Amino acid sequence: MIEILSASKTYPNGTHALQPVDLKIQEGEFITLLGPSGCGKSTLLKMIAGLLPATDGRILLWNKPVDQIESTGHRMSFVFQEATLMPWSRVAGNVRLPLELQGVTASDADQRVNDSLSLVGLSKFHDSYPRELSGGMQMRVSIARGLVTNPTLILMDEPFGALDEITRNKLDQDLLELWQKKKLTVIFVTHSIYEAVYLSTRVVVMAARPGRVIEEVSVDEPYPRGPEFRVSTQFAKYAKHLQESLLRASNAGELAEGAV
Amino acid sequence: MNTQKIILPAIVAIVLIALWHGMVKAFAIPEFLVPSPGRVAETLVKDWGLLGGSLYNTLKITFLAFFCAVVLGVAVAFLFVQSKFIEAAFFPYAVLLQVTPIVAIAPLIIIWVKEPTTSLVICATLVALFPIISNTTLGLRSVNPGLQQLFKMNRATRWQTLTRLRIPSALPYFFGGLRISSGLALIGAVVAEFVAGTGGTGVGLAYQILQSGYQLNIPRMFAALLLITLTGVILFLLMVALSKWALSWHESELSNEH
Repeated sequence: MIEILSASKTYPNGTHALQPVDLKIQEGEFITLLGPSGCGKSTLLKMIAGLLPATDGRILLWNKPVDQIESTGHRMSFVFQEATLMPWSRVAGNVRLPLELQGVTASDADQRVNDSLSLVGLSKFHDSYPRELSGGMQMRVSIARGLVTNPTLILMDEPFGALDEITRNKLDQDLLELWQKKKLTVIFVTHSIYEAVYLSTRVVVMAARPGRVIEEVSVDEPYPRGPEFRVSTQFAKYAKHLQESLLRASNAGELAEGAV
Repeated sequence: MNTQKIILPAIVAIVLIALWHGMVKAFAIPEFLVPSPGRVAETLVKDWGLLGGSLYNTLKITFLAFFCAVVLGVAVAFLFVQSKFIEAAFFPYAVLLQVTPIVAIAPLIIIWVKEPTTSLVICATLVALFPIISNTTLGLRSVNPGLQQLFKMNRATRWQTLTRLRIPSALPYFFGGLRISSGLALIGAVVAEFVAGTGGTGVGLAYQILQSGYQLNIPRMFAALLLITLTGVILFLLMVALSKWALSWHESELSNEH
């Protein structure tokens, strides 16, 4: 379980990147942080990952601060905005990296790399170099690298933002399957309303200037969600609600700025 | 593609040599001004005993200097990336070394260092050093921030980050530095030989050029010049091949099929 207790971020120059956030995430949830750029969604994600310290407040993962996550028996991995692969290393070498850094024995690592690659459907590309793969396939390698340590929590920072819509929809669908199969907890950052509705059990809506959480919306629709869900009336209802929520926040922000 | 890369320059070379030959004959240019290409080739063969030995000496200085520049340059670059402090303190002096003309300080070095080979190697090293320092430093700093965070999240040690992330990231820059530096090592060696003049025991190609100038032996001068140029080209091609081999994964070495 992840608890964010009035965690906030202020940069040394006084910019409020994120006003205090309170959020509880249960095991097995698929949470998206949805908002425009500058709303602090990536900042919040990096704070959960321990890549950025919170200025104030606390973040607990299974009752421990992030640097003690090992003691909880849980593992966390992070998937970046871009595939972030090492160009000099083959696909297998890239996926293997977290295991090598953590000192997993070679034979054990081989097996886990193969398992992980087959989970994302890239077994055949074991020995390819990243540049030989399409953008979508590179992202799959990045996800395989995230899965190879058998994490229970995966943090994803707009992972499919740079991909075309068709590829993105396919990867969204595959990600949901992985999430169900591996019983993961996912925190997913996006600026796409449609991606948020399609994926999430719960959407955390955020606004910019200052970065803050404005609403939490539970998407009470059953899984598995096939492509037909994207064109259902239920889907449209959620999308409309989120759209209005985001618009209200941004109008209010402009009014406030106008007043100054 | 590859044939084009070889055939086109070859055609240019043939045309230029033919023109050279034609002009020398047509205007009956005396040999002590411009010798014909045939005469230069003839001298090259005839004086090979002299020129070959000098080539060996110049090559020796060049390679020793290149080697020293690489070792020293990489060491300094590693020192620089250890802390911004060290870099801020010493980088201006690296620039100072780079901008001071070697001809101006070579006489000093030759006076201070009695042993001729050592003094020549020092001069040439100074010329070849800077591109290695600046490129390697830049490379060691040019690490993908995402990968850096990934290493951090997986609790990578400093050593792991260095060997698995920083060094591979720096390689393309390092090889760029090698290409520039190899040519500079040769230039440095030749310049230092010019300054040293007859002071050296093992004479190099620059000395042959000086001597043939005094003796108005222009064909030999051309032949020595030709050897220097060829050495430079071969050095460059060697570096290109080396970086192609080491950077097969890098975009800069991709063929056009992508």
